[in-house]
Amino acid sequence: MANDVFTRAAWERGLAQGKLLGVRCGDCGAVSAVPRALCAACRGGNLGWVELSGRGTLAAFTVVHVPPTPLCAAGYGRDNPYAAAVVRLVEGPAITARLVGVDVRRPEGIRVGAPVRAEFLREGDRTVLAFRPEG
Amino acid sequence: MSGKLGRPVCLVGAGMSKFGAFPDKDSRDLFVEAFQDLRGSVDKGLDPGEIEAVYLGNFSSDLFEHQGHLAPILADWVGLTPRAALRLEDACASGGVTLRQAVLAVAAGAYEVVLAAGVERMTALPTEAVTDTLATAGDVLYEFPAGFTFPGFYAAMATAYAARYGMPYEALWEVARKNHLHASRNDKAQFPMTIREIMDRRIAKAREKGGPVPGWKDEREFLRDPGANPPVAWPLRLFDCSPITDGAAAVLVVAEEVARRFTDRPVRVLGTGQASDACLYGREDLTSLRAAREAAAQAYTAAGVKPSRIRLAEVHDCFTIAEVLAIEDLGFFPPGQGWRATVDGATRWDGPLPVNTSGGLKAKGHPVGASGVAQAVELWKQLRGEAGARQVPGDPDVALAHNVGGTGQTCVVHILGRG
Repeated sequence: MANDVFTRAAWERGLAQGKLLGVRCGDCGAVSAVPRALCAACRGGNLGWVELSGRGTLAAFTVVHVPPTPLCAAGYGRDNPYAAAVVRLVEGPAITARLVGVDVRRPEGIRVGAPVRAEFLREGDRTVLAFRPEG
Repeated sequence: MSGKLGRPVCLVGAGMSKFGAFPDKDSRDLFVEAFQDLRGSVDKGLDPGEIEAVYLGNFSSDLFEHQGHLAPILADWVGLTPRAALRLEDACASGGVTLRQAVLAVAAGAYEVVLAAGVERMTALPTEAVTDTLATAGDVLYEFPAGFTFPGFYAAMATAYAARYGMPYEALWEVARKNHLHASRNDKAQFPMTIREIMDRRIAKAREKGGPVPGWKDEREFLRDPGANPPVAWPLRLFDCSPITDGAAAVLVVAEEVARRFTDRPVRVLGTGQASDACLYGREDLTSLRAAREAAAQAYTAAGVKPSRIRLAEVHDCFTIAEVLAIEDLGFFPPGQGWRATVDGATRWDGPLPVNTSGGLKAKGHPVGASGVAQAVELWKQLRGEAGARQVPGDPDVALAHNVGGTGQTCVVHILGRG
């Protein structure tokens, strides 16, 4: 991991191993939940991988009834909607991910601010990041 | 960055094609239609030979029509070669960005007369492919695999906003009802009809067919019916979303010193601003667009006016929630109050601050690369008192256009005034 360049491919290899990787700036301490070679906060290049806890709160979400082509092909659609979310991680940054373990037929019961925890979904030969409400 | 223009710049002509779904028309046909409409709008006539450059806003002719390198083709289609012709892309803000770059080029003295146009031909693709294409305005590495679609992004912002400010989702329908009301007075609109008229039409059609007749008593019942108004990305439903549209728009941008050659009633560009932001996951706050606040601040400073001086605005209502965020980000209403102001009718054409008198993206239609330019076309008409049945009363003299790209990674704001 230490030798990986800060790319999406390296980040996805982390997902495949059940790890949510981010990067932390060695200069200003800012954390990003996606890899990047330059710190967006201080513009420094002193970044290193960190394994994030995968715990956070639901910042925003949606239940998608009209999916893009890859998810249509996976069987999602009007009769089988899925949820997606923006999650604010306890380490500070946010990340977009699938939202599982919620009743997509009763989205009014899903609460912004709810604590969630990361899960790793196998979809074909890819691993997709998801979160599930805790408790 | 003072935002001041190097020299004063005016609009002296404005036109647009009919917006809608036109299976037989390619983007060049839509562009020619807008160009001809613009020619008719120039009071003292336009010799196209006076146009020195063509700036074109277009999001994705590559994916929508499998056509790249669009600008020279369009220049040729109206006989403007060998003039410089170039395309600018910032997703749904392509049109506003194009207008801004034309204004800056004229202000810098590079040209005196520039055609700023926008075009998008979207309806040739099936809905899923349009969904894929629009999603490329977000982050295809981290947002698309998470399952986000464009309606999904704004739906998520709606949940964050509702959670913070206690907005009931049905309040968003007031944006749609208002913008359809405005569009019912705009014959260029894709849906020149109120939601009530759409409902009545469906009832009439059901009667004609002899099938079961829906029992909707009013627009609210119609909008509550998931059959008539199905969810697209909860909490947003069909009538919360702008449609898929074919259309083009164009304005003629000139140095003020030559404006009188074209008209004695030019519209002046008082201020322009543009800003950028991270994708949705890179933001601290999902209930406001930082790029919109920043672009607006630049434009207000350049124009030397405060939000209270604006008499009407065209804002980027790609989804109903987007209009609520816009009227707060622009400083018209305090954070959390935009939805109430809308419910109270403050933004109707006859209210204290008319918003989207054209029908907005919601009902006029949203051919993405054209939308920012079409906003300027509407303000041109309103500021010259030529908006017909939807003319804002009281002789408006200062107006604002707000055009967003993606989920707010780009925002461009223009303030226009009567010359």
